[in-house]
Amino acid sequence: MIGTIAAREFKALFLSPMAWSILAVVQLIIAYLFLAQLDTYMLLAPRLAGIGAAPGVTDVVVAPVLGNAAVILLLIAPLITMRVLSEERRARTLSLLLSAPISMTEIVIGKYLGIVMFFLVLLGMLALMPLALLVGTDLDLGKLASGLLGLTLLLGAFAAAGLFMSSLTEQPTVAAVSSFGLLLLLWIVDWAGNSGTEGSGVLAYLSMLRHFESLLKGIFNSTDVAYYLLFIFTFVVLTIQRMDRDRLPH
Amino acid sequence: MDTSSLIHAEQLYRYYGDHCAVKAVSFELSKGEVLGFLGPNGAGKSTTMQMLTGNLAPSAGRVQVGGIDLLDNPTSAKRQLGYLPEQPPLYRDLTVDEYLTYCARLHRLARRRIKEAIRRAKQRCGLESEGGRLIGNLSKGYQQRVGIAQAILHNPSVVILDEPTVGLDPIQIREIRTLIRELGEEHGIILSTHILPEVQGTCTHVQIINRGQLVFADSIEGLETHLHSQHLIVVFRNPPALEALKMLPDVVDVQVLADNRVRLKYSGENPAAAIAEEAVTRGWGLMELVPERRTLEQIFIELTCQDHSAANSIEEAA
Repeated sequence: MIGTIAAREFKALFLSPMAWSILAVVQLIIAYLFLAQLDTYMLLAPRLAGIGAAPGVTDVVVAPVLGNAAVILLLIAPLITMRVLSEERRARTLSLLLSAPISMTEIVIGKYLGIVMFFLVLLGMLALMPLALLVGTDLDLGKLASGLLGLTLLLGAFAAAGLFMSSLTEQPTVAAVSSFGLLLLLWIVDWAGNSGTEGSGVLAYLSMLRHFESLLKGIFNSTDVAYYLLFIFTFVVLTIQRMDRDRLPH
Repeated sequence: MDTSSLIHAEQLYRYYGDHCAVKAVSFELSKGEVLGFLGPNGAGKSTTMQMLTGNLAPSAGRVQVGGIDLLDNPTSAKRQLGYLPEQPPLYRDLTVDEYLTYCARLHRLARRRIKEAIRRAKQRCGLESEGGRLIGNLSKGYQQRVGIAQAILHNPSVVILDEPTVGLDPIQIREIRTLIRELGEEHGIILSTHILPEVQGTCTHVQIINRGQLVFADSIEGLETHLHSQHLIVVFRNPPALEALKMLPDVVDVQVLADNRVRLKYSGENPAAAIAEEAVTRGWGLMELVPERRTLEQIFIELTCQDHSAANSIEEAA
């Protein structure tokens, strides 16, 4: 049942030009960044050859590209998630789901997985670029895997936050703006953390960027993974609560 | 609990903030019944229907569908329900076939039965040739049909239709009414509408709701007795004196209307035969003798206008 809703959500994205254009634009920008980074590496390569524990191609090319991709996806994700629930409300199609023999939990998780499936397609296309380097050189596959895992978890978190924002309103644009605001705030919240004042540790811990950065460096820390999983869980549960509130008397 | 009743609603209440939209509504629906749900705008028809289908949770009260409690066990109760809301819940970017397939999956129809179910629903709603068209490109009437097809697709034992004939042309309305009567034979149907003749034409039972409360609930046969108003309209070529008319058996009041028309109010048995006999023997020249019937509309207005003087003046005028 969850699968049916997820599949419908995934296909619905491709019925409008939105998903296609997002895939195209993201691919183009990241391909440009990738090439630029590759150029830098070509310049540095002769000098790096002389140093003993020099950073390899994975550190110089792959990690910065994945890091930049995260920022670009932060801008793009709200556009994908904005209509997932608000549109159902607006077109009054929600009652089709509500009067079918499915629970609210199944509806919300189905919707969430639909978006995640789209993000995985996006991610798969991005991963092809670093993987293309395998033709000419050796990559630190462990580091690449850890970076991709970080990006997957990050996108999962973007999707959960966007889903929740979409459940709050009937207007897709309002959902997009507010989820963008929330994500950006959580991204930069550790800027205050650097000041070293009291409570800055908490702010630093909340930052999505911090947890992503360590994965990008190839440091697999279960705290970081737990952070993202908790983040996703929290927002999915909040969404279920929010959707159920419409039904219940208050 | 009687298992033959398909819907059993008990003391339903729904509040929106302080406003009570539905108050103490209770009723039953059995197999083979078509229940017409009438009421002015904002009376609580849609709210009641949303509570029956699990789209809204009641503030108090119980709903059972085929003996299963909708609040305790929503998924198995909803399997027996088909619902068409006021605005058909259609995805405009899907074709009719894609949409119905999705609906069939949502209702957990077995994969091999989906095709047959869709074929049947399309045939019943006259959509055979529209399967490949985008729902967004269909006319309002066809969209409404897709909405109905969606509600009957999984062959539910209860079909709930919220104003199913809105926006249809007269021919389509007739087709839909025939469809509803047909469905009523094997399912239980609840139908809300503003069109009063529709109720008399298609329903077996009538309920009128006003300001959240049921003010009338009866079968169509029961309604018929309400429609007799105990008045006769009589026209004579040589009208007799009013006193002579008042002397007639069972006549309690006489009113003279324009053009020699006389309105007789009687109590008990209809005295038409006696009046005709009397008119022949006395040579009054009887030209017309018609029982005056109230329309469903008059009953509806009487029951739903809280202001009694307004209701009376409308009745006088009629």
